[in-house]
Amino acid sequence: MNPYKFWIPACLLTLLLVLLAYSDINEYLFFAGFVVLQGIVLASAWNILGGYAGYVNFGVPAFVATGAYSALVVFKALGAPLLVQILAGALFAGLLGLGVGLLSLRLRGIFFSIATVAVIFILETVVLNWRFVGGATGLQLTKPEPSFGFESYTRMLFAVMALMSLLAVAISRYLQYSHIGQGLRALRDSEEAAECSGVPTLRLKVIACTISGALLGAGGAPMPMYLSFIEPASSFNLSYAISALAMPIIGGIGHWAGPVIGGLLLGSLQQYVTVTISSELNVLVVGVLLVLFVVIAPDGILGWIKSWKRSSK
Amino acid sequence: MFFSLDLLFEALLFGLLLGGFYAAVSLGLSVSFGLLDIPHVAHPALLILGAYATYMLAGTGIDPILCGLLLTPVFFVLGVVLYRFYYETFERRGSDAGVRGLAFFFGLAFIIEVGLIIAFGADQRGVEAPYIGSSYELGDYRIPYRMLAAFGVAILVTIALSTYFSKTFTGRAIKAVGQDEGALRLMGANPVRIKQLAFGIATAVNALAGAVLIVIGPVEPSMDRLYIGRTFCVVVLAGLGSMSGTLVAGLILGIAESVVMMMLGASWAPAVSFGLLLVVLGLRPQGLFGR
Repeated sequence: MNPYKFWIPACLLTLLLVLLAYSDINEYLFFAGFVVLQGIVLASAWNILGGYAGYVNFGVPAFVATGAYSALVVFKALGAPLLVQILAGALFAGLLGLGVGLLSLRLRGIFFSIATVAVIFILETVVLNWRFVGGATGLQLTKPEPSFGFESYTRMLFAVMALMSLLAVAISRYLQYSHIGQGLRALRDSEEAAECSGVPTLRLKVIACTISGALLGAGGAPMPMYLSFIEPASSFNLSYAISALAMPIIGGIGHWAGPVIGGLLLGSLQQYVTVTISSELNVLVVGVLLVLFVVIAPDGILGWIKSWKRSSK
Repeated sequence: MFFSLDLLFEALLFGLLLGGFYAAVSLGLSVSFGLLDIPHVAHPALLILGAYATYMLAGTGIDPILCGLLLTPVFFVLGVVLYRFYYETFERRGSDAGVRGLAFFFGLAFIIEVGLIIAFGADQRGVEAPYIGSSYELGDYRIPYRMLAAFGVAILVTIALSTYFSKTFTGRAIKAVGQDEGALRLMGANPVRIKQLAFGIATAVNALAGAVLIVIGPVEPSMDRLYIGRTFCVVVLAGLGSMSGTLVAGLILGIAESVVMMMLGASWAPAVSFGLLLVVLGLRPQGLFGR
């Protein structure tokens, strides 16, 4: 595995995206591009736990909203800049990940997944009843002036999200090839066998869940600034869960490149459908594609590529 | 905070009736997930589908609960087809464990939900019947007839299912397939056909439960999300696959929700089922009546 084969193209691509944000292309491109890049961050983060370890986290909205609301709290209370907001989002969502990871001590399979759904609704109820962050009606925010010479705040957020997706993909790739990834794959196939062979299963699950949670939180942290608005119903929306699940499955689960491929394809398609048809249909597209891929191509696009390579040899 | 014995009693009474309703909507899941071990997260979506089917049929002037009963054969067939598909694509290939089976049902739930939004719009739909909107006066307390109807249906379906599972041959075979599929095969029964039948029954119960849901109050397509918590809470609390346990667990959830609503306000109600679910999963995953 040659590290330059990943790092050079990945950094060049990110640099290109950041430079693009300085050009005078239509603002809407960045508004939509932000969502696609955020999809890659969320999908890569989900894949660390769901793909490598086989623990299906339906609670993505809980982590995204934890990131968004942590960012809001540090912004409202301290007037913190974007970087601090993102770090706060990652920290609190990471702590949530730690807690959810400890749940996996006793819960496996569907029980773990249902428990993560429970986390969404419990946190949403807390936020609904929390005045400081706006309760059920939410809060209107004014975007501060962009820094680093960006023309608008949306452009800056796009560049920040590009850097974050580089980071998320790099972390998920590093984890895949490290001893953590090996251990997670072992426990995905058989937790008992892994434990018997000396794999510290609980520790690895907690580590994976914490890192995954922190990345999900970081991905959600810019949301209040991006929308200039925050409210519980959209922050805790289950469509985050289905997208973050569908992207790795479409791309190919358990490999770092899967969420990138799936995120780019599905994210762009979703933006296209939202603009040309309707936002309801956009969720329908995700659901239909998810079911189609799970049924017809369980190993996703990467699986196709693999079998195509094998047959052409 | 205002507190009185009177209010507490009213909350308990309301909770009891609400609990019967929660048991009714969870019985199908108790079969499909509890007995068959299928990660059926689309159960609440099928429940809402049942409510909308009732809404359509009730437009002709038929009583909504009768509509639910009339729809059970349709839902039975739907369940058989769905299980057959699940079996062919996942169970037979051995790829149902873990991620893919769950992703399939989660995706299915979204497709049903968005399909309903596209067909009916996102606003609430309700039905009319003589027992909706009026209530029985018991001293100072008012018991809405719709709650009584829901409670009655829950009791009847619970009795019917538990009799079926303990007295008839196929019913016992369904219980057996959940415990030991290999042994059932050795006895000369076909586990796939038995499971198909059981999943059909579970889905058929959803038609009736959906009718009860729309009798209790107006429905909207995204309601299935709340019922993920309620139905799974009831089934896990009951101990997987116990029908009478499901009724008791439903009553516990109903009373807990109604007491919390009285003490903290309605905005805390959704957290009750999910919180109880987490507590049960964490402390006693085998449930109250589990093996």
